[in-house]
Amino acid sequence: MLTVAGLEAAYGRAQVLFGVDLALGPGEVLVLLGRNGAGKSTTLKAIMGLLTPTAGTVTFDGHSIAGKPPHEIARLGLGYVPEDRRVFAGLTVAENLDVGRQPDRLGAPAWNEDRLFRLFPRLAELRSRRAGQMSGGEQQMLTVARTLMGNPRGLLLDEPSEGLAPVVVDAMADAVLALKREGLAVLLSEQNLRFALRVADRAAIIEQGRIRFVGPIAALAADESLARAYLAV
Amino acid sequence: MTAAALASYLLTGLAGASSLFLVAAGLSLIFGVTRIVNFAHGSFFMLGLYLAATLVEAFGRTPLGFWGGVLLASAAVGVFGTIVEILILRRLYGAPELLQLLATFAVVLIVKDAALWLWGPEDVLGPRAPGLRGAVVIFGRAVPEYDLLLIALGPAVLGALWLLLARTRFGRLVRAATEDREMASALGVDQARLFTLVFALGSALAGLGGALQLPREPASLGLDLAIVADAFVVVVVGGLGSLPGAFLAALLIAELKALCIGLGVSKLTLVIEFLVMAIVLAIRPHGLLGRPEAAPRASAVDADGAGSTPPLAWILLGAACLLPLVLGGYPLVLAIDVLILALFAASLRWLVGPAGLVSFGHAAFFGLGAYAAGIATVKLGWPMAASLALAPVAAGIGAIAFSLVAVRLSGVYLAMLSLAFAQIVWSLAFQWDALTGGSNGLVGVWPSADVSGKPAYYLLTLAVVALAWLALRRFERGRLGHAIRAVRDSPLRAEAVGLDVSGLRRAALLVSGALAGLAGGLFAFSKGSLSPETLSIPRSVDGLVMVLLGGLASPFGPILGAGLFTWLQDEAARRVDFWRALVGLVILALVFFVPRGLAGFFGTHRR
Repeated sequence: MLTVAGLEAAYGRAQVLFGVDLALGPGEVLVLLGRNGAGKSTTLKAIMGLLTPTAGTVTFDGHSIAGKPPHEIARLGLGYVPEDRRVFAGLTVAENLDVGRQPDRLGAPAWNEDRLFRLFPRLAELRSRRAGQMSGGEQQMLTVARTLMGNPRGLLLDEPSEGLAPVVVDAMADAVLALKREGLAVLLSEQNLRFALRVADRAAIIEQGRIRFVGPIAALAADESLARAYLAV
Repeated sequence: MTAAALASYLLTGLAGASSLFLVAAGLSLIFGVTRIVNFAHGSFFMLGLYLAATLVEAFGRTPLGFWGGVLLASAAVGVFGTIVEILILRRLYGAPELLQLLATFAVVLIVKDAALWLWGPEDVLGPRAPGLRGAVVIFGRAVPEYDLLLIALGPAVLGALWLLLARTRFGRLVRAATEDREMASALGVDQARLFTLVFALGSALAGLGGALQLPREPASLGLDLAIVADAFVVVVVGGLGSLPGAFLAALLIAELKALCIGLGVSKLTLVIEFLVMAIVLAIRPHGLLGRPEAAPRASAVDADGAGSTPPLAWILLGAACLLPLVLGGYPLVLAIDVLILALFAASLRWLVGPAGLVSFGHAAFFGLGAYAAGIATVKLGWPMAASLALAPVAAGIGAIAFSLVAVRLSGVYLAMLSLAFAQIVWSLAFQWDALTGGSNGLVGVWPSADVSGKPAYYLLTLAVVALAWLALRRFERGRLGHAIRAVRDSPLRAEAVGLDVSGLRRAALLVSGALAGLAGGLFAFSKGSLSPETLSIPRSVDGLVMVLLGGLASPFGPILGAGLFTWLQDEAARRVDFWRALVGLVILALVFFVPRGLAGFFGTHRR
């Protein structure tokens, strides 16, 4: 579904990614774990085209997407949820969702307002509220829902549990599992190991722009030294 | 004044507000989404007016011909705007602000010469609107029917734009992209297409504003800068990006102007405009209904003032001293021009580069210095030395006045305000006959007898310019200069370490303005006469072209740039009819191919 090989990226002259390899199939959840500054967000941004990769290939659904502009990548069915939410603060919930809307896609679950409101019931009550006047948790639900309006087949989720109340983290975990059941391929970056253990099938650990470990999430749960070496603060 | 008269002036003001709003609305929309301030917006207005005049003439003076012509002119301007966006601006969305602004100014120059070529230098008078030639008596005074139509049109367009933005998908995408372009594109919104559409809409609005003026004023070549300066004031006062704000500000300014005219003090209109701007910005720095900008973008044009004065500089100075031995007559006159422009460009480079304050109105300070020296000599009979000393003082006072509205702003706001300020100063010089000689200017500004010969005046200029240049260089590399650079790079962090951000910006402006004024003073005595052209906006842009030619990175850039520019202008003005369009093309070539300037191009740029 999504294959990343030898991906390199830089901010100006500061290189951040030094050859990242990842592969992920439909209905699979892969969690990218790593410390602050390890390159998690950068990896997702480089895949999405928000940062032009300096080397490497990215293939999504049979299309080579490295170097393509973000809107073309999004239209191929790859959704992106940013870590700092980035809702359109002056637009209402319904308007935010409409901005994310794209035509139905063959082989992808088709989303509309009603279905999303079943996934995130809280949003239904806030339908005509301006996004800027919602809580952080509500904004996080909206940003996921907004991306789903594009009917993606693959999803990049950047730290979906960051800075959220435990109740909301639970809701996010349920949502990710629901998307997995729908057959979406999900690549999510996390620092929260508990969240990762709950939703992911496999884990990849990134450090200093390189992948250090890839394996089933169970291996990570079993081997505490791994988690401590790369994740503990 | 009776209440009836007052009401009729206010009605005239309302009609003016509508056309001002149309232009400002387009400017504001375009800026909101693309973050580009379109200096060519006034040119689109002018083009709309010229095109409407031609089209209505061709279609016949019937209601259908008139309105068909007006709408077609507006649509044609929209198409033209689209072409400009696709050919020029699309390649510059990631570029530093200065380059974007210069590119749109290049369009101003090219459009102006195109209009000159197509319609000639004479004003083109349009017909009155068929079916609306009469007047309605309101409060005992005749108000043109056409004015009433315009009065209704302003709110109607505001309403239509509001509906478009609030109720359509296009509107939602525009609002989303205005807030966060990158996020919108990650959601599948094609930025390039959206930008083009917004630019087309904004240009068409400007074209419509121009076309609708057909029965009210003749099409003329000076409209572009006059209108864009007005539109800048309106959007800055109203709040950049806010349509209701633009509407309010257009009302406020047009009404005040109408009142000034009604009270018989029409010359006060310019001062009033400036005062309104100063008061509003002092109370609400982001305009009546504007919101603070998220994060000011760091100026990406690198300007590194370090390094010692290389021996080459002293050799050049020595050679320059000997120049009168080999050159005489016209070449020596050109050499004086180069020196004066080098100082002007150096003061501008300091402002735009190290101080990070983009100015499109630097000629205002040059002109203030020139006029101060000229007026002191001709009207007050001061000796040359005293007049010359007055030049930087007068320009410095002007810089302080400008800083009252400007120091709390930066980036594009400052660029817009500097242009508006320069337009106001130009209008003062143009209209204040008693003091400035108006459009005829001042004559008889001759230097004192001991430096009246060209070689002697050349040496005087060389000495003054060299000293000023060295002083500026010392200042730039001193404590204050470093503090000002820190403010440029990060106003927030500079403030956090205890630097007085406003005070430092004011100091940067004062130094730059005073030196430009000194250059102006030297210019006055070198020419012997002055005209309002001395401080016109094209001169400001000439300065920017010199700075860009030479490159921002090196303090030697302005000297190189002034020399090249003077030589090019002299050569081209003799051979080419449409010199301005050529400057426009040169600007575009520089922006696209050598954005770091020739000094950078030839590798004096380190790291």
